[in-house]
Amino acid sequence: MIPATFDYHAPQSLDEALSLLEQHRGDAKILAGGQSLIPAMRFRLAVPAILVDINQLDDLLYIEEKSDYLAIGAMTREHSLEGSSVVGSAYPLLHDTALVVADPLVRNQATIGGNLAHADPANDHPATMLAYGATVVARGPSGERTIGIDDFFTGLFENAMTDEEILTEIRIPAPAAHSGGAYTKLERKVGDYAISAAAVQLRLDGPSVAEARIGLTNVSPVPMRAKAAEAELVGKVISDAVMEAAGKAAAAECDPSPDLRGGVDYKRDITRVMVKRSIVRAVARAKGGK
Amino acid sequence: MSEHEVTLTINGERVTRSVEARMLLVHFIREELSLTGTHIGCDTTSCGACTVLLNGKPVKSCTVFAVQADGAEIETIESLAAGGELHPLQEGFWEKHGLQCGYCTPGMIMSAKGFLAEHPNPTENEIRHGILGNLCRCTGYNKIVEAIQYAAEKLQADVGGE
Repeated sequence: MIPATFDYHAPQSLDEALSLLEQHRGDAKILAGGQSLIPAMRFRLAVPAILVDINQLDDLLYIEEKSDYLAIGAMTREHSLEGSSVVGSAYPLLHDTALVVADPLVRNQATIGGNLAHADPANDHPATMLAYGATVVARGPSGERTIGIDDFFTGLFENAMTDEEILTEIRIPAPAAHSGGAYTKLERKVGDYAISAAAVQLRLDGPSVAEARIGLTNVSPVPMRAKAAEAELVGKVISDAVMEAAGKAAAAECDPSPDLRGGVDYKRDITRVMVKRSIVRAVARAKGGK
Repeated sequence: MSEHEVTLTINGERVTRSVEARMLLVHFIREELSLTGTHIGCDTTSCGACTVLLNGKPVKSCTVFAVQADGAEIETIESLAAGGELHPLQEGFWEKHGLQCGYCTPGMIMSAKGFLAEHPNPTENEIRHGILGNLCRCTGYNKIVEAIQYAAEKLQADVGGE
């Protein structure tokens, strides 16, 4: 399958990329890792007139610990997240996620910024960043702005950035003491999208849950937080009954579509299980476990 | 539609061609350079038959545009048997019966090459994780894992012997 024709540009700097986007407003599509875009172009589901390839922008390749957040350059490959010691030690939810995005070959090319900007509810990072309460940094012709992740996903494949903006950085708040997170995904086979997956990030205060955020993958038209499930956890002492209640709440509030991966009832029930499993591991990690 | 001059190094040889922007790297390798060892399997970024090393990292060459590889170093299966002698990975697939129909093998071997460069002394589990992006419909993978273990040991022994 051959993509439709397009004009190709490979800017050498962010400013050059921004001026290309401004010049070709609405006609240009950004090419990051290309692991979703190029397949979509081969199927002619995407037919961009102009591609602005930002793979030359090495300035966007970094994972840096700041005083109160982790800064990740948008072009950071999934493979780099897998191998990052800071991600592995302090951001286990992110580490879990990076290990199950597609497959190892795709992860050598795929970028975290592209995964988010694509705003596909089937992608894994949206749920994870919702659970972390991350912030997205967008650069446009009039400068830089930050967008809270809760305001970032506006529709299926739609995000809050304009056509002239480039996602440059993701900021994940540094987890407070006694925090833990986990990502649990059920897939038919490696490389497929999730049947359902749950990202949980929580903080314990003694035996009870002080804070919790839960994101769900591929069970809604827009990447979603499971707020009812979160409410079942906050203020409660962790028990099987509490975790079951949270799982059931997530199953009720998600909105899956039937497809080859299963029917609606099945996906809801798997969501219940994914949420519970993620809570179990998040709690264990909050207590200092692996 | 834009046309671009692409210069890259493939299997140690520098080549320059003019390509349409939409040409995929796998088509460039097979059709422009006549290196048909790299296979097209699924054409949907699923199977890994088209795996090549792009600047040392295994990637699916059906999911990269040739124009993106301008300036890059590419290795394909044809680079392995230098001087007619089998590479330890090829020898491993031969000795351990790591293939039946052979369609996935070039991609499997290039994926394994990239993997072993990062994990020279892998566990069986690490190997299985490392080749998750490559599908084989014949072997059930056990023989492929053994072939990669064979190659890892041989490569380690070669390093130790120097």
